Amino acid sequence: MAGFFEKLKGGLSQTGGGLLAGLFAGDARIDGDFYDELEEALILADVGMPTSTKILGQLKETVRAQNIHTSGEAKQAMVELLTGIMRPEESFLPQAGQAVLLIVGVNGVGKTTSIGKLAHYYKQQGQKPLLAAADTFRAAAAEQLRIWAGRADVPIVSQGEGADPAAVVFDAIASYKAKGLNLLLVDTAGRLHNKKNLMAELSKMRRIVERELPEVRCETLLVLDAVTGQNALAQAKAFGEAAGLTGIILTKLDGTAKGGVALAVREELGVPVRFVGVGEGIDDLQPFDPEAFARALLG
Amino acid sequence: MAFEGLSSKLQTVFKKLTGRGKLNEKDVKEAMREVKLALLEADVSFAVVKKFIAAVTERAVGAEVLESLTPGQQVIKIVSEELTSLMGGANAKLEFGSQTPAVVLLCGLQGAGKTTMAGKLAAYLAKHFGKSPLLVACDTYRPAAIAQLQVVGEKAHIPVFARGEQNPVETANEAIAYAKAHLHDVVIIDTAGRLHIDEAMMAEIAALKAALKPAEILLAVDAMTGQDAVLAAKAFDEAMGLTGVIITKLDGDTRGGAALSVREVTGKPIKFCGTGEKLTDIEPFYPDRMASRILGMGDMLTLIEKAQATFDEKQAAELTAKLRSNDFTLEDFMEQLQQVQSMGSMQDILAMMPGVQANKLGDAELDEKRAARTIAILRSMTVAERRKPELLNAGRRRRIAAGSGTSVQEVNRLLNQFESTRKMIKQFSGGKLNKKGRGFKPFGF
Repeated sequence: MAGFFEKLKGGLSQTGGGLLAGLFAGDARIDGDFYDELEEALILADVGMPTSTKILGQLKETVRAQNIHTSGEAKQAMVELLTGIMRPEESFLPQAGQAVLLIVGVNGVGKTTSIGKLAHYYKQQGQKPLLAAADTFRAAAAEQLRIWAGRADVPIVSQGEGADPAAVVFDAIASYKAKGLNLLLVDTAGRLHNKKNLMAELSKMRRIVERELPEVRCETLLVLDAVTGQNALAQAKAFGEAAGLTGIILTKLDGTAKGGVALAVREELGVPVRFVGVGEGIDDLQPFDPEAFARALLG
Repeated sequence: MAFEGLSSKLQTVFKKLTGRGKLNEKDVKEAMREVKLALLEADVSFAVVKKFIAAVTERAVGAEVLESLTPGQQVIKIVSEELTSLMGGANAKLEFGSQTPAVVLLCGLQGAGKTTMAGKLAAYLAKHFGKSPLLVACDTYRPAAIAQLQVVGEKAHIPVFARGEQNPVETANEAIAYAKAHLHDVVIIDTAGRLHIDEAMMAEIAALKAALKPAEILLAVDAMTGQDAVLAAKAFDEAMGLTGVIITKLDGDTRGGAALSVREVTGKPIKFCGTGEKLTDIEPFYPDRMASRILGMGDMLTLIEKAQATFDEKQAAELTAKLRSNDFTLEDFMEQLQQVQSMGSMQDILAMMPGVQANKLGDAELDEKRAARTIAILRSMTVAERRKPELLNAGRRRRIAAGSGTSVQEVNRLLNQFESTRKMIKQFSGGKLNKKGRGFKPFGF
C-alpha cells in the first residue's frame, strides 16, 4: 500500500513538487496573490473554474474562521477541505455479497485494462469474479480482455465481434448464476456520451442486469482518464442518465495529469471516486483514498 | 459537434456587444472575461488563454473598433482572426518527403486513439492520394493491440505488417524492406501509447525515429484532454521533434480546447482530425473553418466538400437541369435523399450550416428515422408511380403504406410536401429567391 502512495505521489509530483506544493511550502503570509496562484494551480489541475471558485471561497472562510495566517497552516485546512469533498458517503462493495459492476466510459480511457486489474484485485480479496466481454465493437477488445482474464486467473464470457452486447451480458449472467460466482464485471465498448443510440444500448444492459439479478447490487462505474478536462462533467452527466452512475474509476494518474476534474464531478454531480489507476501493472489499481489523494495533490 | 459549447457561449457574449451602438473599454473587458471563462471551460490551456485574451483586448480597444458603428461585429471579427491564427492559419498538408516509402510515425499517450487513427489515415491516403499504404504494428505492450490493428487494416483493406512482440525498431526496419519489395509507398507506424514522463518508453520511440527518419511524426491528441495536453505535447515534441498533430475524438460534445493549445505551445500544425467511429471519419484540419465553426458561422466549406465527394458531377448537372425544367420527380427525390444520407448523419450535416447550433439538434436523430421511412415509402412505389405521382390513387396509396410499413396519412403527407417542394423549386429556379425561402426546409428535414 505504501508503494502505491509513493507511485501516486511520484506521478503527481512530476511537474515539480506536486500540484500545490510550491504554494504551501513556506510560511508566507496569505494575501491576494496567494489566492490568485491557488486559483491558477487549481485550473491547471483541471478542477475547472466553478469548482475552483467554490473551493477558494470555502478556504477563505476557513482561514477567517480559524484565524489562519500562514500558508503552511492553510495547507492543512486545504487537505481537510479536499478530503471532505472527496470522501464518499458510504464505502464501496461490502466484503461478502454479490454485485455486478458495469464499467462504462468514452473511448480509450482504460476500461478493459481497469477491469483486468479489478478482477485481479477482487480475486486477491477472495471473491469469485467473472468477466463479461460486452465490448463487441472495438477490434480485438475481447482478446485484450481474455489476456487480462488469463493474468488474473478468472473466467470470462465472450462472443464474436459485432455480437449484441446485451446478449453477452445475458449469457454472462446465466454463467454467473450457474457457477455460483459473486462478482460480475462487465466490460462495455467505449462510446462518446453524445451518441444517443449507444447510450440507449447501455441502458438496456443495465435493465437486463436488474431484471435477471434483481437482488444483486449493480454499480455503474465510469472510467475517467486523468488527462480529461472539463468534458468529464458532460460524460458523467450523460452516463449517469443512461445507466445510473454510482462511481468513478480515475485512471492514468501516473502521468503529469492531476485528475482534478474528479473534484468537479464530485462537487457538481455527487459521484464519488472509487478506484484509481496508477500504472500499467496488474496491481496498479487501488481503492480510492480521499485523504491520500488530497495529500498527494498538495505534495 | 466539437466546439459547440464555445461557439454558443461566445455568441451570447457577443449578442450583448452587438446589441449596443458603441462600446467602451469596460464593455470589451467584460466581454473578454466571458471569453476567458468560455475558453477555460473548453480546456484551452491557461497560458494560452491569457495570451489570447491579451492579444484580442489590445486590438479590440483600439480606436478602429471603438469608433466603428458595429463594434460588436468588429470584435467578433478580431476573435475569429485570432482564433484562426491560434490554430495555425492555413491547412497544413501531409508531407511525404523524398524517401520511398514515406514513413509516418504515430505517437501519443495511452488511449489517444492511435491505432484507429492509423487505419483511418491509411484508408484516407489510399482513397485521396492514390497511395498504397502499409500499416505496421509496433505496439508490443498493450494486450491485443496488434490484433486490433489487424482487424482495422482488414476493414480498411490495408495490409498490416506485424512481427509479434519483437523489438519495434527491428519490426519497423523489416516493414520498410517489405514495403519496398511490395511497392508500398507509405508506411504508417502504430506505436504503443506511452506517458511522456516514462523515460524508457520515450527513449524507445526516439530510437524508432532515429532508425526510420520518418517524413511525418504525428502526435495523436484526444480532443477531450484538459490542461495536461500541453505538457504531454511539449514533452513529445522535445523528444521526437513532431511534424504535426492529429486531434482524435472530435465528434464528442467536447470543446476541443486542447486543439488550440497544442498548436500554440508546440508550434506544430494540426493536420487531421478524427470525427467519428467509422474508418472514413477523418478530415483534414482547416484552422479558419474551425474558427468559423467555433464562432457559429458554420462550416460551409467542409459541407460543400462532403457534398462534392458524394455527388458525382454529371449527376449534379443532370439534377440542376431537371430542377430548371421543372422535371423533378419522386424518382429524383429518392436518389437525392439517398445521396444526402451517404454524406453522413443529418446531425453532422446540419451542424455545419451557418446559424445552426448543434445543441439544438436533439431532434435530428429522429429526422434520420423519418428520412429512412420516406425512403421506404418511395421504394414501395413502382418506377412509373415515382415518375408520375398523379397515378397515385387511394388504392395505390394503401398498397404503398402497407408495403413500407407506414400509414396512408404518411404517404399523403410525403406527396403533399413533394408538391410544395416542386413549387418552391420553381421559385428558386425562376431566380425569385427571397427572404421567405430562407426558412424553407424541404420535407421538414
